[in-house]
Amino acid sequence: MSDLNVSNLSLVLAFALVLVSIAISSKEKLGLAKDTLISVARAIVQLIAVGYVLKFILHVDNILLTFLATLVIIFNASWNASKRDPNPKRKLWNSIVALLVGTYTTLGLLLVTGTIKWTPVQIIPITGMIAGNEMVACGLCYRALNNSFHDLQQQVLERLALGADVKTACLPILRRSIKTAMQPTIDSAKTVGLVNLPGMMSGLIFAGVNPINAIKYQIIITFMLLSATSLGAVISCYLAYRNYFNDRKQLDF
Amino acid sequence: MGRMDILELKHIYYQVEDKKILSDISLKVRRGSRLTITGHSGSGKSTILKLIADLISPSSGEIFFKNQNINDLDPVEYRRHVSYCFQQPSLFGETVKDNLHFPYELRKQAPSEDEITELLWKVDLDKSYLDKKITTLSGGEKQRVALIRNLIFKPEVLLLDEVTTGLDEQSKSIVHQLISDYHKAGTTILEVTHDPAEIDLASQIIEIKKGSRVK
Repeated sequence: MSDLNVSNLSLVLAFALVLVSIAISSKEKLGLAKDTLISVARAIVQLIAVGYVLKFILHVDNILLTFLATLVIIFNASWNASKRDPNPKRKLWNSIVALLVGTYTTLGLLLVTGTIKWTPVQIIPITGMIAGNEMVACGLCYRALNNSFHDLQQQVLERLALGADVKTACLPILRRSIKTAMQPTIDSAKTVGLVNLPGMMSGLIFAGVNPINAIKYQIIITFMLLSATSLGAVISCYLAYRNYFNDRKQLDF
Repeated sequence: MGRMDILELKHIYYQVEDKKILSDISLKVRRGSRLTITGHSGSGKSTILKLIADLISPSSGEIFFKNQNINDLDPVEYRRHVSYCFQQPSLFGETVKDNLHFPYELRKQAPSEDEITELLWKVDLDKSYLDKKITTLSGGEKQRVALIRNLIFKPEVLLLDEVTTGLDEQSKSIVHQLISDYHKAGTTILEVTHDPAEIDLASQIIEIKKGSRVK
């Protein structure tokens, strides 16, 4: 494991990789140099802070503190997912409910089946993976909902005019949006190992774990992400579509 | 509102942000009458129908249906009695059947093939149309299917938003006949039209100019 130690000098030298990105931006006049530097600075500050927080949580190994850490991850992911919703009438609690249910249901199943244990070293990275993927799925779902309400506005109005309730009027939109949100996870599952070596598996192999064991973990992660993104997408979609209607069940966005 | 009136609009104003669409529109519609709304494009005629259909709400003013303010009625139930037909309707799903079964699904009833076949026949389409893909229908056929989709459960008020615009003479004549049949059977008709033949059939005509009633 000593091979995995990164010296501060190596870290500074690796900054040359960022300079490559900035050089390309300048050469091609992309105007991304400032954004790149800001994002790198943010990443460094955030990761250092998280590194120390994680070190503390792993050291204390307290059930409640671990739970609190998962809540913080879920809240941050919900906040970011909600920001991706183009509907001005979006509600943060829609994302919070979707991510809470999606994350804890998936974590619960993994715990009940004995796949993972309630220790911070396992719970926190797994929660991060679940919430991160759900965040992306919810964001995709919100955008697909918004696009569909614009594209299929008349169909919705016609269904309402025929006496449909709002849910029936939106069913094709809901299906389309949930499908859009789940598609990247399904596509990723199809190509896992062939196109990309995912982070969990790569990390374990990098740390010297037998690739067969690493693969077993990755299979579990694939199952886990399918469940989590399905739950996140379905719940966020079924909560968020109501924000496109007013109390008179009229399309209002 | 008199006992004979089915709808009444009282001092309706409608605006979107700062743009005034309708100003002080009042009207009474007698049960079983055929009212035509005329006026130039963009005068606000279709907006009146959408307000009556409760697809949008007025900025101020009140709409009454059978002496009840429509804000006090369940919008879903109300729209089943006051049915709005669009100028260029879009059909759902894949086939004609999907569209004609939809009103039954909303009411959780088994579709009646006899009723559907009879309605298809009334608009000069035979039973084989049920399985036709909606993408293969002409504009006139689509409009006829959309119209009978609104009529499967006979509404008390039928709101027609230039439903014959752009149709060929044959489709137009079929649609005219169907609307007349429903009117004779007691359905109140409110229509937005420029068609002189339809205007001649009206029992009441109102004219809208720049969002205000001038006749």
